[in-house]
Amino acid sequence: MHKEPKTLIVHKKIWGEYCLLGLQTEKIAHLAQPGQFIMVRTNQGFQPLLRRPISIHSAQDGILEIYFQQTGTGTRLLSQKNEGEYLDIIGPLGKGFRLISSSERECAALIGGGRGIAPLYFLARKLRDLGVSLRIYYGGKTIEDIPLRQKFEEENFDILLSTDDGSFGSKGTITDLFLSSLREFSPSRIFACGPEAMMAKIAQIAREKDIYAEFSLEAFMGCGFGACWGCVRKIRTGEKEDWLKICEEGPVFAGERIIWQEEEEF
Amino acid sequence: MVDLSVDLGFLKLKNPVLTASGTFGYGVEFAPFVDLNKLGGFVVKGLYFNPRAGNPPPRLVETASGLINAIGLQGIGVKRFSEEILPQLRGFDTALIVNVCGENDEEYAAVVEYLDKQEGIAAYELNISCPNTKREGRCPALSPDTTHAVVRLVKETSSRPVITKLSPNVTDIVEIALSAQEAGSDGLALANTFLAMAIDTDTQAPKLANVFGGLSGPAIKPLTLRMVYQVAQRVHIPIVGIGGITTGNDALEYMIAGASAIEVGTANFVDPESTEKIILDLEIYCRNKGIEKIERVIGSFKE
Repeated sequence: MHKEPKTLIVHKKIWGEYCLLGLQTEKIAHLAQPGQFIMVRTNQGFQPLLRRPISIHSAQDGILEIYFQQTGTGTRLLSQKNEGEYLDIIGPLGKGFRLISSSERECAALIGGGRGIAPLYFLARKLRDLGVSLRIYYGGKTIEDIPLRQKFEEENFDILLSTDDGSFGSKGTITDLFLSSLREFSPSRIFACGPEAMMAKIAQIAREKDIYAEFSLEAFMGCGFGACWGCVRKIRTGEKEDWLKICEEGPVFAGERIIWQEEEEF
Repeated sequence: MVDLSVDLGFLKLKNPVLTASGTFGYGVEFAPFVDLNKLGGFVVKGLYFNPRAGNPPPRLVETASGLINAIGLQGIGVKRFSEEILPQLRGFDTALIVNVCGENDEEYAAVVEYLDKQEGIAAYELNISCPNTKREGRCPALSPDTTHAVVRLVKETSSRPVITKLSPNVTDIVEIALSAQEAGSDGLALANTFLAMAIDTDTQAPKLANVFGGLSGPAIKPLTLRMVYQVAQRVHIPIVGIGGITTGNDALEYMIAGASAIEVGTANFVDPESTEKIILDLEIYCRNKGIEKIERVIGSFKE
């Protein structure tokens, strides 16, 4: 883990609410693993006060990419930063996806909803380098929510797209698309990140079909490195259920350990 | 060469900069960012006798220049702390202060009794002011009588100095401070967080699962500063100032108002290197002002 108070922004792309920043940081890019995140200070004053946790989108040749959606003051300020400006960041943080190697003869489905695609690009490249066969499922409410589709297509990933309103790809949710494709594509592993309801549904499918699944969870965080205990969620460890810190024990957890919000209501 | 050390009477600190309990984990979390040896000391997260689950999430909400938390003192309890954490902390050349919690007076005493057998602790900070563990922020620090009772019991049990951490959620904090002093408290820490809340206007629901939480951060600095000043006029035991300190200048305001030392809290999240930067700021201030000993700054307020 490193604190880099002056990380240069080397490239930027923006699509409506979504933003991608490339950051020059040799140390953090070198250490980063798919599923990990960084804490970013979005301004130097006190408004907003806290850093924002942002998923690592890729790390290569000393450049770390982050991809995020403007959802509030912090991410809006972050999306207004430009190439040539500096960011104060801490990372890499958290525990990422458990990587698999081709020798295990596995086949992975990477399922991303909206901004949840962010860590899956990094994971897809890593798995491909490891020789794992994989397919990406990428969905959003409308065509505006899936701007990274071309990036995946240009790199020849096997990718299926969906939008709720049918403005691009299959009409319906990415969960529906995944479920309907299971007849011809049966993954041995699922890696997913997206809205809570989407992940809960995928967890249910994974459980029914007995597929090992991992999910990257999102949380508002105070510190990002385990000191404040502010980002907890109820997680199972064997028979036990505890409030575990998403920043430190996660953000990626195996599906069977996560207690989904619908479950809790019962 | 500026002498940054401060003598609290019961404890000598290499400089006045401590960390606030709950914002510095068990200390080890900050080792990648801060040379813990450079700190005046650090106060570890509040400990109950047994491990504690804490409150359900959401536990945090950000407000204007502030943070409301309702963690509910989730923690590992004294045994695990003594066995797993304490051995990692003993090697550091700095004052380790343990924040002590309890459901009732007897639990405070039991925690202190257990920790008294462990080596490497410089003092206890008696946390009688957490607003997040009982309904509507109830805690012993809300009345002079309950404050007096718990401080006296802990002082009878403890072989180490006790700093009592007071609540700002009272009508007259001077009255509570005098009561803690009367009960034998060696020092006072002012103050804990302000009982607060935030509402989601979409759902009309509270933003914290606990409904109420404690407000910290730059937003509260002028409020606790006023309390430190008022209490310093009336007590003779040393005061540790806490509340929204993010810079050396903030720390100096508290010291001029009468604090002998200060604790850095929420700023540790914003910039985990804050404490070291504040120590440097203090040194620069003294040098520029021709002050040889920072102790001369304590209570130097000029009306």
